[in-house]
Amino acid sequence: MTHRIKHILHLADNALILGHRNSEWCGHGPVLEQDIALTNISLDLIGQARSFYQHAAILLGEDYNEDKLAYFRDPHEFLNCLMVEQPNEEDWGLTILRQFFVSNYQYHLYQQLQHHPDEQVAAISAKALKEVTYHLRWSSEWVIRLGDGTEESNGRMHNALQQLWPYTTEILTPADYETGFIDFSLLQEQWRQKTTAVLAEATLAIPANETQQTGGKSGNHTVHLNDILAVMQTLPRTHPDAIW
Amino acid sequence: MVISTQQVWEALAHVTDPEIPVLSIIDLGIVRNVTVNGKEAVVTITPTYTGCPAMDVIGATIKMELLALGFDTVTVNQVLSPAWTTDWMSEEGKAKLKAYGIAPPNHKQQVCSLELFTPHEAVQCPHCNAYHTHRISEFGSTACKALYQCDECKEVFDYFKCY
Repeated sequence: MTHRIKHILHLADNALILGHRNSEWCGHGPVLEQDIALTNISLDLIGQARSFYQHAAILLGEDYNEDKLAYFRDPHEFLNCLMVEQPNEEDWGLTILRQFFVSNYQYHLYQQLQHHPDEQVAAISAKALKEVTYHLRWSSEWVIRLGDGTEESNGRMHNALQQLWPYTTEILTPADYETGFIDFSLLQEQWRQKTTAVLAEATLAIPANETQQTGGKSGNHTVHLNDILAVMQTLPRTHPDAIW
Repeated sequence: MVISTQQVWEALAHVTDPEIPVLSIIDLGIVRNVTVNGKEAVVTITPTYTGCPAMDVIGATIKMELLALGFDTVTVNQVLSPAWTTDWMSEEGKAKLKAYGIAPPNHKQQVCSLELFTPHEAVQCPHCNAYHTHRISEFGSTACKALYQCDECKEVFDYFKCY
């Protein structure tokens, strides 16, 4: 598989897995308006994933299609970052913080990818950027509200930060298939700047712990990806000829 | 019988958005191109939002309308670039939305900015025309709409957000 196709699958997998994780909140959000907001963010992400899978399927040729790429690949074939597969643990604060970290990354990433030499990657990125801008604004505001909120909400955000921080380095470290297309030093700088500003306003201190987890971008995942895929892929794998 | 490009555009005006049936795809501004070659038609559309579930239905409806017009082959292509914007919605479409009870998108918008905690957009009530309204939720019945309430007539209404 070429680096270009792997890169497109990585972008698609990030969006699909986070979209799926967020969708687990559908009907369970703390208040109706934010339940709907997060569900709509899921819809955007799954739509973006679909566009990337469709493009990858064309490049792969043969009998590939978007469904085959989403439903008939095994965990080790997924190239998403470990951050997006982390479970919600029924904690809204953790969900919000994860969304902020990923939206902050996608926002600055798509700003670069909208000028990608592959016209379709550029077009999907430019389109996604309009939606991700909203995701970043929404999640930034909620990180601030919850961090700088009550004792309970601040405590939960503090715990979420300890839990998610070890997955932040991976999203900002290039995989072999990403090098050459993205200025990672710029991306890291922009991500850190925004993260520092929002966390400071949220009265949350960046953890000192430097231990970092990586591997997702090359297919080495936490057990949580197996759980997601078991739920997501069961129906099409049990009834492969089923049509909607 | 020769079918003209003009006839295709007229037929496309009968294809409506399944989620906002008062709007045609022409009103929405999502038809980017039409080409006719004898009994073959190619229609290029662009999605409003990447995850818009209405796009597949719209594609199927376009095919049915044009096959009924006499074409043998109808192809519907989707393009993403340039990205759709509410600026492409026709004035007629905006008037239809308002008559239907949905506030049409404002001309100038603030949704695409990263600025935090900005005041909500001032939106005119489609029922009593007052500007004294407030936002209840950034999302309404679909991703493209926000939920507002009028402080004058107290009516709750959808606002088709700028995008």
